[in-house]
Amino acid sequence: MKNKLSGWKLLMLIVVGYALIIGVSVYLGWDKFIVLDAKGPVAEVQQKLIMLTGMICMAVVIPVIGLLVFIVWRYRDTPNNKAPYQPHWDDSKLLETIWWGIPIVIIIILGVVTARDTYKLAKPPVSDSTPITIQVTSLDWKWLFQYPDQKIATVNYVQIPAGVPVRFQLTSDAPMNSFWIPQLGGQEYSMPGMAMQLWLQADKPGTYYGSGANFSGRDFAKMNFVVESKPQADFNTWVKEVKSSSPKLTNEGYTELAKPSTMKQQFYSDYPATLYTDIVNKNGGIYMKHGSESMSSGSYNGSTKP
Amino acid sequence: MAHAATTHSHSHEAHESHESLKVLGFWIFIITDILIFGTLFACYAVLHTHTNNGPGAKELFEMKGVIIETFILLTSSFTSGLAMLAMHKKNVKQLIAWLIVTALLGAAFIGMEVTEFVKMVNEGHTIASNAFLSSFFTLVGTHGLHVSIGLVWMIALMIQVSRRGVTEVTTRKLTNLGLYWHFLDVIWIFVFTVVYLMGVM
Amino acid sequence: MWENIKDFASTFFVTGDPLIYGADVSIGLTSIAILFVLTYFKKWKWLWREWITTVDHKKIGIMYLIASLLMLFRGGVDALLMRTQLALPNMKFLQADHYNAVFTTHGTIMILFMAMPLMFALFNLVVPLQLGARDVAFPFLNSMSFWLFLMGAMLFNLSFVIGGSPDAGWLSYPPLSELAYSPGVGENFYIWGIQISGIGSLATGINFLVTILKMRAPGMKMMKMPLFSWSVLSSSVMIIFAFPILTVTLALLFLDRFVGAHFFTMDLGGNPMMYVNLIWMWGHPEVYIVVIPAFGIFSEVVSTFSKKSIFGYKSMVFSMMLISVVSFFTWAHHFFTMGSSANVNVFFAISTMVIGIPTGVKIFNWLFTMFRGRITIKQPMLWTLGFIPCFVVGGATGVMLAVAPADYQYHNSYFLIAHFHQVLIGGVVFGYFAGMYYWWPKVFGFKLDEKLGKWSFWLWNIGFYVCFMPQYALGFMGMTRRLYTYGSDTGWDLGWAPLNMISTVGAFVMGLAFIVQVWQISYSIRKGERDLTGDPWNGRTLEWSIPSPAPFYNFAVVPEVEGTDAWWKTKEDLKNGIKPAPVKLEPIHMPKNSAIPFIMSVCWFIAGFGFVFGWMWMAIPGLVGVAISLLARSFTYDTDYYVQVDEIERTEAALRGRTV
Repeated sequence: MKNKLSGWKLLMLIVVGYALIIGVSVYLGWDKFIVLDAKGPVAEVQQKLIMLTGMICMAVVIPVIGLLVFIVWRYRDTPNNKAPYQPHWDDSKLLETIWWGIPIVIIIILGVVTARDTYKLAKPPVSDSTPITIQVTSLDWKWLFQYPDQKIATVNYVQIPAGVPVRFQLTSDAPMNSFWIPQLGGQEYSMPGMAMQLWLQADKPGTYYGSGANFSGRDFAKMNFVVESKPQADFNTWVKEVKSSSPKLTNEGYTELAKPSTMKQQFYSDYPATLYTDIVNKNGGIYMKHGSESMSSGSYNGSTKP
Repeated sequence: MAHAATTHSHSHEAHESHESLKVLGFWIFIITDILIFGTLFACYAVLHTHTNNGPGAKELFEMKGVIIETFILLTSSFTSGLAMLAMHKKNVKQLIAWLIVTALLGAAFIGMEVTEFVKMVNEGHTIASNAFLSSFFTLVGTHGLHVSIGLVWMIALMIQVSRRGVTEVTTRKLTNLGLYWHFLDVIWIFVFTVVYLMGVM
Repeated sequence: MWENIKDFASTFFVTGDPLIYGADVSIGLTSIAILFVLTYFKKWKWLWREWITTVDHKKIGIMYLIASLLMLFRGGVDALLMRTQLALPNMKFLQADHYNAVFTTHGTIMILFMAMPLMFALFNLVVPLQLGARDVAFPFLNSMSFWLFLMGAMLFNLSFVIGGSPDAGWLSYPPLSELAYSPGVGENFYIWGIQISGIGSLATGINFLVTILKMRAPGMKMMKMPLFSWSVLSSSVMIIFAFPILTVTLALLFLDRFVGAHFFTMDLGGNPMMYVNLIWMWGHPEVYIVVIPAFGIFSEVVSTFSKKSIFGYKSMVFSMMLISVVSFFTWAHHFFTMGSSANVNVFFAISTMVIGIPTGVKIFNWLFTMFRGRITIKQPMLWTLGFIPCFVVGGATGVMLAVAPADYQYHNSYFLIAHFHQVLIGGVVFGYFAGMYYWWPKVFGFKLDEKLGKWSFWLWNIGFYVCFMPQYALGFMGMTRRLYTYGSDTGWDLGWAPLNMISTVGAFVMGLAFIVQVWQISYSIRKGERDLTGDPWNGRTLEWSIPSPAPFYNFAVVPEVEGTDAWWKTKEDLKNGIKPAPVKLEPIHMPKNSAIPFIMSVCWFIAGFGFVFGWMWMAIPGLVGVAISLLARSFTYDTDYYVQVDEIERTEAALRGRTV
């Protein structure tokens, strides 16, 4: 009977499947896997965690599938199968303790590393440089970046100094989105009425892919942006350039910007001082607690100091 | 399953147990209804401060009317209990009389609530004014809707009882109605406490 | 006048896309064909008497089954449209709006109008038979549940040709789903389609909970109950606790859209995040609601096809109940990245991982049921064996997703998409297919062809891995979900094209697998192996003790049960020469058919349609119709009857070829 081969077929299928992926991956080049190609301390922690938990899970999955194949083959119903047949053997305290125990131990290990890294990433990356703040607003369908310390603003382009922790403050003046720069670290939602906080840092100069990860309507697919990390001196030059050569963003200009549309990169030498806090507050910010900023309820005050 | 069931002698017993199944089913329905109100209370708890700088609970609620409503509904729960007692005594006349009293009290409650709502709306405080009022009208209105449905049901059962008397089936139906009515009373006590008392305090 | 009509028609009907015109035509032709066939063969009366007004759980189950397979087709076509659009970068096959509608309806249909009814089909077809009961606790309510589901599903599907489909994602997060950003009627269709069928689901949950608690055959203690029935109990309890939250959430969203309330709006104090919390408080238990019955099915199948009693029965029961409780405390893992504090994230990460413990235990128990058994690989067992590796991998990636800090990198990416398809297809769909193949002969009296079944199984499996394994990799390449296009059109080429192409090929292989299944069913209707014994798989539980298909009253005599695997034990007793005690037939108490569930559901449909377009002249009469239907039921006292002994004798003799 060809039935007896089913278990093997199954294993083959899985092996072939993974071989295919690995083959294609090698063909594409590992550096295409940007989530696993960390360029900053936050992404690095997450990458290590992904690798570690992935390994732990593989260590469980492979033996279980092996066991399945073995059992199906060994106890197949063929006339001369010599393997024992015990139709009423359905209880074993020892075995059950073992397989309640194994997952419990694994979950404890995973739980510990999860807790460790969750608390670690709630804090800013350790660095000698003073962090900078960038206020991010997701709009339909573009990203607005404001630099409160430099008083410049950009659209769909964000430049950061390399080696400096960046405190992104995220909000939305449109349906919620999610702010994601895979090579610098995981994403966080940008929500109307909230000023969320996400710490990221690029170790070296480079250009990175940034995207809106949460569906927000028609042209959501075009809501990506360029992240450029430059040495501090170059960053300072760039700020000066924007200051001297770009137009100002006015309140009217913002109203126009906020209308649904897609857009190329824009640069502004100045913007209305309270623009960001106004955006947060008009969308319900007055009712929110602003996370790690202060636990007290009340109007969002736009503080940029951590 | 070697031998057949002997306990299932047909007719009466099976029928009666079926009526008790329906009471159990109704209890479970009430659990789901509790969850509906629970969710609405949770929304109210989140949104009750979101007045958009408009008037809040303190400014809007008039406790006098609400306290009268509360007494009316509590009394109706008591009279529905008396109706159940009459039912167990198989006294159809008394049963219907108490049901009428209960229904009238329920109608009075609804009347007062509707008046209160109309007054608020006329003053410009509608469900669309702000999140606080949205959650207030929805929570209290859902309770009111439940009471109104209960009234229709009560009238339907009065007609059935007057036609058929107190039978197994009508007893089960009245039992469920009684459960429902007491349940609405309990919900109202929470509404009264959480929305009104805590609102004006 | 004519201009007005034209204006109205152009907004009322969905226009402008050849795909939709094609669908319009085929829907129209199919409807005409169905009407013609029914009239030509004079089947209207039969349809009304035997199906539309029926309260028989077996027939209701068959209707659920047919509806869910149709919905699987619709959801599958949606999937293939999406995969075609994504096969190549910068593809112009679907417009953004159309793509957004397609992924929204794909998700909604697959979970709510495919998985749920397929699950209810199996509940209905199996549970009363397994318990030794004549019907469910509330047959009338059962019929109502089905018609509400069907009307809800119809209303939802109507949006495809009338008014426009919802396009804000399968969970319709506000503010995107609010009037300000989705001004069309699509979201209203979403709300009312789900709302109407949701009432039905809630009623089914209550119905089966009471059935299982109160209708078991004498002697069948809770801990002697077949594991599928246990899984239904667990799922029903979750329905009872989860669905009311969905009802409220959608009602509030509708109030926002309809009367301008401010629950989830951006302005005037609304709080969109509250919606996200509420919808997942339902949504997370929902995935366990659909997967737990699959666990029950595997337990039955593994035991039967290993000819061995299930290993660790008590553990199995305990783990199912544990999953159903813990599943209510994991919802926030769907938005670790929404700014919750570290404490909150750690709590929900660990509660999510904890679910992995009982699930892992179940896998081991299935493995050790097979251990020292004798395994025959017929179709139900084949699907079970396909399920285990698929679900183990899916479960493992689920645990990886639960690791909160790492989830910041997986969230909203194709890694997540691959994960939940792996558990939902590998767990739920494979599970329900195992159940469908297993109980098919009991329901229809013939087996589904083995050879075609194997073809479809392998195509499904190969297609699945080819489709979804690349998506894990795409997640690591930074590809996010719900993108209608990628590549140079969006300004970035990140090398996603080859894996997307492979994934699309896999999706079409699954499409082919479905076609083979349809062919298998139609072939087997004509030539499938007939089941004359009532026990084609050498089964262990009570449903196999009666003829296939079961007579309308199920059991001529209510069986008395002593332990688990009651029918297995009876067969062993017979082998050892222990004869069953003689039985005496008695009249059977049965519920009468009723048209009220159907009429009431049609009234709900009318009311729902009215609300979708804001036509109160239509909505109010619809609701009045619902009220009148309920009152009519309340005033109906002639609801049941007795089947007399001679009729039972005649039926049994015809079915078994001998007297009882």
